[in-house]
Amino acid sequence: MNRRGFIAALAATAALPSQLMALTSSQAEVLVGRLVDDINKVIASGKSLSTMVRDFEGIFKRYGDVKIIALSALGPDARGLSGAQERAYVDAFTGYISRKYGKRFNEFVGGRIEVDGTRKVNSFYEVQGTAYLKGEAPFQLNFLVSDRSGKDLFFDMIIEGISLRLTEKSEIGAMLDKQRGNIDGLITELKKAG
Amino acid sequence: MSPSSQLKSRPLWRGALLFVSLSVVSACAANNGSVPAGEIYDPQEVSNRKVHEFNRGVDRVLFRPVSNGYGNVVHEDARLLVSNFADHLSLPADIVNNILQGDLKGAGANSFRFVFNTVFGFGGIADPSDAFDMPRRETDFGETFHVWGMKEGAYVELPLLGPSTERDAMGTILDFTLDPVSVLLPNPESYIGTAANIADRMGDRYELRGTIDSVLYESADSYAQTRILYLQNRRFELGVTADDAYLDPYDDPYAE
Repeated sequence: MNRRGFIAALAATAALPSQLMALTSSQAEVLVGRLVDDINKVIASGKSLSTMVRDFEGIFKRYGDVKIIALSALGPDARGLSGAQERAYVDAFTGYISRKYGKRFNEFVGGRIEVDGTRKVNSFYEVQGTAYLKGEAPFQLNFLVSDRSGKDLFFDMIIEGISLRLTEKSEIGAMLDKQRGNIDGLITELKKAG
Repeated sequence: MSPSSQLKSRPLWRGALLFVSLSVVSACAANNGSVPAGEIYDPQEVSNRKVHEFNRGVDRVLFRPVSNGYGNVVHEDARLLVSNFADHLSLPADIVNNILQGDLKGAGANSFRFVFNTVFGFGGIADPSDAFDMPRRETDFGETFHVWGMKEGAYVELPLLGPSTERDAMGTILDFTLDPVSVLLPNPESYIGTAANIADRMGDRYELRGTIDSVLYESADSYAQTRILYLQNRRFELGVTADDAYLDPYDDPYAE
């Protein structure tokens, strides 16, 4: 093997691990691109609020890892859940988030979201985008995407520095306190909230 | 009090406030070196919560109804002119802070904007400079203190003004007292900036009513929600990296 061939082989070996990594920057961006297309379709549709909320719930479940968002929002208290409790909690949380944020989509009508680029953070990717809304200065809207669930899914949405996951973690904690730590009470409350 | 004595007392009053706030700034800078970034430091939570309840009450009986009235009565286009004018009058203060932060590019862009909109934007009610790709560098004294290396200090909720930090509260005092528009203009013209600002805030309260009502009146803990929303957004504005948002939840979904 000549020197050039050796260096080429070495370079190929060095490149191998990154090629074997399941999620790439472009895959993360493709996921968010499809997600943003779907959101743009909903806000361009001018449908009724309840339809938009339902559409948003579909998008959230298709592109988001609702389980990891829900469990990490509950934190240490999620550890002792039974299988049935966990399913009931994740379902109630998904409905709550969809109603709460789906309602806001009303304000997005006539606007659009564009994907600007992607950067790698530790084991996941941050896909950076900008939201252009009618009569407002454009604002930054980022998605954190990971494949550690087994699929490429987003696990957080960050609007002008505000993390949905961390903000909801604080709110879920407050709800649980109000229920004096009772998970079933929290689940009942989540079904009504948002 | 006669108008002339009122005019004379203004610089004195400004000087006193400036002195007090600068002494507190230096005290804060000395004490708060140990506050970790990315965390919530709220040792005055009990009194802050009382202020929060007061603010919520004021919003319910005053800000919310007045802003809804303003939004319903004043057309969107007219509200935009008010908002442009308020933004325009805050440019001189922005330029002062751009310079204090060593941000000459921002100072240049804001100065250009101020001159251009004064001349071609009917004194600032229109924003023709928007056509140029030169975004406005909005800033304040809180950011200047941040650039100078001062830590944010404890979280505080201010009466009527809402969420802040010790550092930003000091900044807000200077924003009010050293605003070139109200310092340089004689009375009563100097109040035009304040009036435009209040109208602009009512407009914002109206535009964002869905989100603000949801945070203040529908959350399980509106105090904690206001606090976490403010701190995350303020740190983002100042370019402070939020380490906690970038922790991988897959490493430990049950993390505190």
